[in-house]
Amino acid sequence: MIHLEGISKSYRIAKRQTGLRQAAKALFYRDYTTINALKDISFSINQGEIVGYIGPNGAGKSTTIKIMSGILVPDTGTCTILGYTPWKDRTEYVKNIGVVFGQRSQLWWDVPVMDSFELLKDIYKVPQQEYKPTIDLLIETLDLQTIVHSPVRQLSLGQRMRCEIAASLIHNPKILFLDEPTIGLDAVSKIAVRQFIKTINKEKGVTVILTTHDMNDIEALADRVILIGKGSLLYDGNLEELRKHFGTSKIITADYAKNTVPFQIFGTATLSWTPERVVLSIDTEKVKTSEVITQLSNKVELLDVTIESQPIEDIIVQLYKEYQI
Amino acid sequence: MSLYFKYLLIHFKSQMQYRTSFWLLSIGQFFIPFSIFAGLYFLFERFGQIKGWQFFEVALCFAIIHMAFSLSECFARGFDMFSGLVVKGEFDRFLVRPRSTFVQVLGSKFEFTRVGRLLQSLIVLVWALSNLSIEWSAIKAITLVLMIVSGVFIFTGIYMLAAAMCFWTVQGLEVASIFTDGGREMAQYPLNIYQKWVARFFTYVIPFGTVNYLPLQYILGKANGNELIHMLTPVLGSLFIFPCFLVWQFGVRHYRSTGS
Amino acid sequence: MKMYLAVLRLRLNMGMQYRAAALAGVATQFFWGFIIIMVFEAFYEHAAMTPPISIKELIQYIWLQQAFLVFVMMWFRDNELFDLITSGNIAYELCRPSGLYGFWYAKLLAQRLSSALLRCFPILIVAFLLPKPYKLEPPPSIWAFLLFLSSLLLGLLLLVAISMFLYISVFITLSPMGSLLVFGVLSEFFAGLVIPVPLMPVWLQKIAYVLPFRWTADFPFRVYSGHIPESEAVFGIFIQLAFLTVLVLLGRAALNGVLKKVVVQGG
Repeated sequence: MIHLEGISKSYRIAKRQTGLRQAAKALFYRDYTTINALKDISFSINQGEIVGYIGPNGAGKSTTIKIMSGILVPDTGTCTILGYTPWKDRTEYVKNIGVVFGQRSQLWWDVPVMDSFELLKDIYKVPQQEYKPTIDLLIETLDLQTIVHSPVRQLSLGQRMRCEIAASLIHNPKILFLDEPTIGLDAVSKIAVRQFIKTINKEKGVTVILTTHDMNDIEALADRVILIGKGSLLYDGNLEELRKHFGTSKIITADYAKNTVPFQIFGTATLSWTPERVVLSIDTEKVKTSEVITQLSNKVELLDVTIESQPIEDIIVQLYKEYQI
Repeated sequence: MSLYFKYLLIHFKSQMQYRTSFWLLSIGQFFIPFSIFAGLYFLFERFGQIKGWQFFEVALCFAIIHMAFSLSECFARGFDMFSGLVVKGEFDRFLVRPRSTFVQVLGSKFEFTRVGRLLQSLIVLVWALSNLSIEWSAIKAITLVLMIVSGVFIFTGIYMLAAAMCFWTVQGLEVASIFTDGGREMAQYPLNIYQKWVARFFTYVIPFGTVNYLPLQYILGKANGNELIHMLTPVLGSLFIFPCFLVWQFGVRHYRSTGS
Repeated sequence: MKMYLAVLRLRLNMGMQYRAAALAGVATQFFWGFIIIMVFEAFYEHAAMTPPISIKELIQYIWLQQAFLVFVMMWFRDNELFDLITSGNIAYELCRPSGLYGFWYAKLLAQRLSSALLRCFPILIVAFLLPKPYKLEPPPSIWAFLLFLSSLLLGLLLLVAISMFLYISVFITLSPMGSLLVFGVLSEFFAGLVIPVPLMPVWLQKIAYVLPFRWTADFPFRVYSGHIPESEAVFGIFIQLAFLTVLVLLGRAALNGVLKKVVVQGG
């Protein structure tokens, strides 16, 4: 359904000079530097997937989103989405997609949210009989009943983001691009937004592509991640796979009856130790988790044990290091 | 077109949230050109005429260009304020919507406070007309309306050119005010009072001459030569917007290939 | 004094960063100058009586006006100060070690001066190189020039003193729009920006002579062209000084007055 093949994009940026002489020179002649924002990116996404598109700042995430949403024309490569080439059939194509830019609003600041929705209905030429059930459903699932009649400027950030997402779904798009949908939100709002993204994905079969810096978003939503760095595709696969590859370590926290003698267990590294508690990091390639627990129970009188996988943030940092981004 | 009115409506609703500020600004818009008009009046008091044009003839000129200017500032403000949209990246939003960028930019901003300026120039218009002995006919009335319309098109065209320039650089945009504010100031007087090259430039390149000078001669019965041509010049002047539209389209294409 | 110079240097540097904008501004003002001159030329061509100022003097007047536009325009404003006043963050300013009047005065002065320094030279140079009759002529004598320079500088100081009242009035109205409008329209008109003061009807000239606005621009420009003779110019400079003293003292008192109120309101 979404198919990118060999997409490349480079920018020319004029070098800025300081100083009077340089400035005078710049009037006639300019130095340019070329930046390869994207280098030969290829991937396919099927209908109904939720894909997390991640990478450090300046990696080329938003360039890719811009190309996929028809804003930018790439230098080379082909991109077919729903049978359209986004930048060629722009007006036809964009009827099928919804885009949320997390940091910018598409709602009109001084009028009630409902008025913005009505105007978007007209912009997308949604017939009234289709609009009514859609908007009712959106208001219900996003819990907007109490806020749609107040002006946007009076809403909290979380309320506004829910309205933004609703606004991008008024025309029943088949694909939803979310550019940092949870940026700046508090924990409760984040959970509400994630929940809703899941719901529309399940119930309406909307394909979701989201970029984010919050790995919890990815963990909660995406079965598949695409990692990009310095314009190149680094990893494309499911999250578990990524964990297995890079997240071979686990963290064990053990509480036990008082024991004043420090101890070592094979295949682990001690992260912290007190007479009542130890935190160990296990390399699961060297030793099994169950083995470590057995050894622990031999050495001390265990009261409580918790096992955590390595947080995904760490994996990403590790990945970035590995690829030297 | 219906979408444009929907935009108009929503902006009107927003504006009405700030009523006091709206009235204050409107009053301001009334008084700024008022002082300019007062200056014009005093000059005529001293000199009596300008190259054979009488006060009320020039007042008519003044009224028409100021009406066209205030209307275009009200309804085509989106293009005038476009640099802000590009800098903030808001323009991307327009590209992911299934409508022409033209309508969306036009609908992105309205400046209703220009009603003050419009009212001021309307008063001048009525005053000037009631003091001029013009043999009115239906065609002359139509010509008068066409003059204002043509002015709106030309101002809008200039805004579009400046907006298209934003795709390359947002610096130095002030130059555009030579043609908007400067054009307005200049076209307050009949074009033939200026040097030949100025008059030519503002007839054939940026056709402000077709807004008032040429058709005004016809209305005042001063036209020598073909009256029909004088009457139709506002229509020709309106065509100015087409090349501007093409430049705009070109700018959008450039933006989409560079994403600057 | 050091601090004020630092503000000025910072402003100049910032101005240089936006040289394309400055260039565009110069071009715009040039165009304006030409249009205005041509309008007056047309008026003068069939003038029934000899106008009270010759076209040559008028052309000097207009070029100087364009070159030193920021010395006249009330619209050239500091929105930062407005925000400070209307938002109530004025309390922070009160913590500064220097007097508020002096500090704001210096800030506003630096802004206008830096902006004028960036723009006036290109305009003046090109205007000098223009063919006759549009050329900007040198002043009739070295004395006229020196008198022009001192009256221009005093005019700038005077303008800043006037503009201080604009900011002070915002303390009371709490919205800059109204004050800007009144100050902007009045000062522009009576400083001779819309039509030169000598071309106004006599009754209006009388009003203009009583108000301080014409001393900021109209007076120095006419000293330059020699339209105001040297002996009269010396006398005028004393009037400028008198206005300046009175306005600064009044402004200082007014600012202290409104600040007291703010402090009382703030509790």
